[in-house]
Amino acid sequence: MITLAALSVAYADGRRALDDLDLSIAPGERVALIGPSGAGKTTLLRVIGASLRPTAGQLQLDGVDPWALGSGPLQALRARIGKMHQAPPIPPRQRVITAVLAGRLGQWPLWRAVASLVYPLDIAGTRAVLEPLGLAERLFDRCDQLSGGQLQRVALARLFYQKPEIVLADEPVSALDPALARSVAVALNEDAKRRDVTLIASLHAVDLALSEFSRVIGLREGRIVFDRPAAQVLTADIDALYAGASHAAAHDTPDQHVPSAKPRLTRCA
Amino acid sequence: MSVSQHDPAARGRATALVVAVCVLWPLLQVAQFEPAVLFDAGNLATLGGFLGTFLPPATDANFLGYLASATLDTLAIATIGIALAMLIAVPLALLSTRSLSIGRLDGRLRPVSEVIRVIARGLTLVLRGVPELVWALVFVRIFGLGPAAGVAALAITYGGMLAKVYSEILESSDLSPTRALLAAGSGRLAALGYGLLPVASDELVSYTVYRWECAVRASVVMGFVGAGGLGQLMDQSMKMLNGGEACSILITFLLLVMAADALSAWLRRQVR
Repeated sequence: MITLAALSVAYADGRRALDDLDLSIAPGERVALIGPSGAGKTTLLRVIGASLRPTAGQLQLDGVDPWALGSGPLQALRARIGKMHQAPPIPPRQRVITAVLAGRLGQWPLWRAVASLVYPLDIAGTRAVLEPLGLAERLFDRCDQLSGGQLQRVALARLFYQKPEIVLADEPVSALDPALARSVAVALNEDAKRRDVTLIASLHAVDLALSEFSRVIGLREGRIVFDRPAAQVLTADIDALYAGASHAAAHDTPDQHVPSAKPRLTRCA
Repeated sequence: MSVSQHDPAARGRATALVVAVCVLWPLLQVAQFEPAVLFDAGNLATLGGFLGTFLPPATDANFLGYLASATLDTLAIATIGIALAMLIAVPLALLSTRSLSIGRLDGRLRPVSEVIRVIARGLTLVLRGVPELVWALVFVRIFGLGPAAGVAALAITYGGMLAKVYSEILESSDLSPTRALLAAGSGRLAALGYGLLPVASDELVSYTVYRWECAVRASVVMGFVGAGGLGQLMDQSMKMLNGGEACSILITFLLLVMAADALSAWLRRQVR
């Protein structure tokens, strides 16, 4: 059970990314977050993922406030949450098998993580998650040899290999073509159904949100505009959610910061 | 709207030129460098006489034996020195880099980690703050004349330099894979192995190889204070005014540096 009570996230300038949210999501629900850019979808996912601390209010995951935990238990809690991103955060020179195995780093002891770098200890398990995604034969290829769609499916395989209790996907299909986007959305939903775990995904594709998910939450300017079962969402809801929203895109904050290369110390005696 | 008849950036350039001259001219006086002295007839004759003794290079078998063994010494000092420096640098870099900080990820302050980071950075600064030549002078008194002093001096100074640059490379790499792993509950060292090293390894290897090349040169310089290798042999030959031997050593040194350069270029191509 995920519970948010009067939860807000404010930027340093006082602007609110999330404004006084109350929300509860039961185990096994498959929630689509929709709304214009800058609505707070990414922020909400980061808060639920225990990566971003709320400025006010409280988050509870299965009755536990993550921010009341010590470092060790907080780390263990994070290992039970799976995350997917629009751009798969996988090093280009890493091999597919290693990228998938990285899904269990939160559960493995260090010796096992190190041993798997020397020789992968669970080749069969990796193959088993790649097989249904059609990538089994790419097991030992480097990730920079894959297409964008294949790389996103590797990220999906990593997530399935992790077997998390909560799946948080931040625009997982925005960079994919429509057919591939649907197949990834379907795969996420089927995994969540089969394992009976919670799935929360932010999407720009409203049709996918309505056809694949069980519940749809419309978010705008940090507030919930509507929150209904997917079957009961009206066209008027969607129109109102996006109406005149183009200016809101200006509030979009880039969350990935790529530092520029710094000059090196090259003193040579 | 009127566009200026002159280049509006010209004033800035002129200022920069004047400032540069104002800084460089007094410093040139302080440095006491007068190129005219080089071309003074008397000095040219002295230089010619000195260089004349370099020819022909010494080629007797006895000396070539010494030369081969000194070359091996130099290579051993540089290689073992770098290997030990890495042993010092890797833990220091991991302790001082911010890339593996979980506190930076979630904004929760962990004072102990911050204190450890500051100590590691301070230690790194001290290690590379003292030039290797000074360390070599110190260690010659401990280990006696020979390669051991050179190895210890290199390990310490280069350990500090490698630690600083390793930590900078780790911080300037793409951190999104590492952040994603840490956010999924991975430990710091596991995140290093699966997220950070795959992104940064080519730069780390390339810089280490470049440093090894520098270490070859540094070990020759340290030889002059008795730390073994080609430098020590060169020092002896010069003191005995044996120009031919000095010439052979210089040629060997030049070949060695060229070989190190080629090898490091090849190694850097391999890791790309």
